[in-house]
Amino acid sequence: MNVQFRPEPSASVSVKTAIADCDIHPARATNDELYPFMAKRWHEHLVAYGKQAYHGMMEGPPYPKAQPNASRRDAWPPEGGPQGSSLSFMQKQLLDPYNVALGVLNPLNSGQGLRNQDLAGAVCSAINDWQIEKWTSKDSRLKGSIVVANEDGVSAAAEIRKRAGDKNFVQVLLLSRNVEPLGQRRYWPVYEAAQEIGLPIGIHAFGFGGNPLTPSGWPSFYIEEMVGHAQCQQTVLASLVLEGVFERYPKLKMVMIEAGFGWAPSLGWRLDKNFERLHSEVPYLKRKPSEYIRDHIWWTTQPMEDPERRDHLFQVIEWIGWDKLLFATDYPHWDFDEPSRVLPAGVSDANREAFYLGNAKKLYGIA
Amino acid sequence: MTSPIAGGVDCDLHPAVPHLTSLLPYMNDYWRDQVTTRGMTDLVSQSYPTNSPISSRPDWRPGQGKPGSDLADMQKQALDRFGTAYGICNPLYGVQMVFSEDMQDAFCRALNDWLAREWLDKDARLRGSIVIPTQSVEKSVAEIERCAKDKRFVQVLMLVMGDMPLGKRAYWPIYAAAERLGLTIGIHAGSAYHNPPTAVGWGSYHIEDYVAQATAFQTQLTSLIVEGVFARHPNLKMVMLESGFTWLPAYLWRLHKFWRGIRMETPWVDRAPLEIVRSNIRFSLQPVDAPPDPATLNRLFDHMQSDELLLFSTDYPHWQFDGDEVLPPGLSPELVRKIMIDNPLATYGRLQQALA
Repeated sequence: MNVQFRPEPSASVSVKTAIADCDIHPARATNDELYPFMAKRWHEHLVAYGKQAYHGMMEGPPYPKAQPNASRRDAWPPEGGPQGSSLSFMQKQLLDPYNVALGVLNPLNSGQGLRNQDLAGAVCSAINDWQIEKWTSKDSRLKGSIVVANEDGVSAAAEIRKRAGDKNFVQVLLLSRNVEPLGQRRYWPVYEAAQEIGLPIGIHAFGFGGNPLTPSGWPSFYIEEMVGHAQCQQTVLASLVLEGVFERYPKLKMVMIEAGFGWAPSLGWRLDKNFERLHSEVPYLKRKPSEYIRDHIWWTTQPMEDPERRDHLFQVIEWIGWDKLLFATDYPHWDFDEPSRVLPAGVSDANREAFYLGNAKKLYGIA
Repeated sequence: MTSPIAGGVDCDLHPAVPHLTSLLPYMNDYWRDQVTTRGMTDLVSQSYPTNSPISSRPDWRPGQGKPGSDLADMQKQALDRFGTAYGICNPLYGVQMVFSEDMQDAFCRALNDWLAREWLDKDARLRGSIVIPTQSVEKSVAEIERCAKDKRFVQVLMLVMGDMPLGKRAYWPIYAAAERLGLTIGIHAGSAYHNPPTAVGWGSYHIEDYVAQATAFQTQLTSLIVEGVFARHPNLKMVMLESGFTWLPAYLWRLHKFWRGIRMETPWVDRAPLEIVRSNIRFSLQPVDAPPDPATLNRLFDHMQSDELLLFSTDYPHWQFDGDEVLPPGLSPELVRKIMIDNPLATYGRLQQALA
């Protein structure tokens, strides 16, 4: 977070060695930036009708963010445009000072979550081309995520296959909140294609799928939306496991992005306990739910859960596995985790290296 | 295993309504006529299908009828077995599922009267929860006031998945009535199915719904805290029933972090979420969603940083444990006493009041 109320007990440990940042949000300086990458028909459609999502707002989010564009107040590029829209400023503010060796781009506000699936596909494809043109071809540290119109599994799978072998991309990106839980069969073509081209699926907290944000309806506040990403992600993960996605796609790897990880052990225990009783309902599962989670799921770290006693968090990490965490800052968003502050002294060198860089390089296949 | 001690308070017992027709004697002519003329069916919720393994421990399943529908069974299998001094009855009959607030009101009134006559009158250890028609706050308050005259009712019962997040201001008269009358608010697993059971819609499976109950408790706690319920009602106790509790520490670490970051959005929240939970929120013991390993459990208790949060429960007749292993292994005698006796008595003010 960008505001620290509690002084750290130990001096911050600076990160002099290289790190991976597995959640960077690139933005368009203007919407026009995308038009060269899409047919005129869609350009005109956007001008006339805009992007109609599964919520009522034509512009901006239904829950107003805490800051403009949910971004750091110091992240406006000097040349203008929204935070995260300037490569040179991103290099200056993030990539160079923090020694980022690998930066994974997760474009939000793409075509995902749009009601018109043809439009969604056109915008997603444009965003993918735009990532190459504006970012990954200009800075080799940056790698893109293939965004897809996931409500239409067939077109999403085609977009994924179109990018097969393209080293500009290291994962397929989905949002967590969709029309249905992500284990449902309408999304399986996405998983099949991702497994086929050998990329992990990143599931980033966010989106609107037309369902109230809680099982009791719509909450009032932005903080409820933000905290609630952890609950939503638990539901998504439970659905993926219980629908048998990892039985059907045994090589599939998934990354839970920006939804926390502290809840993972408890979810695994709850799933296992009820699986013991209710196995007959999901007989195609060959292993305990927590074993699928242990083998198939990675977690980005930001926003790190923040207990009063830091050792509690490290005990939770032991339950999850130091080999499964991927450091992320969430740049340029306001709840940025500062790399030099997230791990106090006392974590072993091997775990520190895995946490900051090694796990990400291995997962994303970066030498 | 850890042995239970005598004199405990079982905070989550589920007496079952045999059938909707069992409530007919407690309805007026109009509603009796509605039920019979329209051929209304039994209100069994998908949250607890009668024959689902989790709805009853195998050895607690009766030869016929619904699990939990027989007082003698409950006495033998739960109250006597664990030396219970008080047992709090939380009926889970599916009255919340109906969409008419008038019908819901009639059914709730019948259910509460049925509980008093057919259970509380028949075993002096039993206490009741008032089931309310939450679609109408006005009718809910009236039902709370009506039932509260009977001091054996110690709690107001709501489902964790309902029409609106429970912190919403519209519900506050319910909380004011409970606080005024010395009742706790119990929030129990289960859905009215007026909204999809998850934030991403409907899953395919019963196990998915049940696992999702824990996430519903988490979003409700957020709502209750950030809307300011406990700033307005600092003495109100709320009990999360059949919620699980092993998710609590990591949940609070996240909530606390976001609250520090954006508390300007909800400036009326006058204490840190951690403090609010420690003073106002309690959790029933079962289910214990953790491996039966003392080292893991003790680490979890350490993460909770309080020995006052848990209240003993069997969740009878639901299947949460086998044999007499109602307490997880490795609990110290002091913690057993807190969970079984001290914490419930401190939570349910009416338990120690002389019965009028």
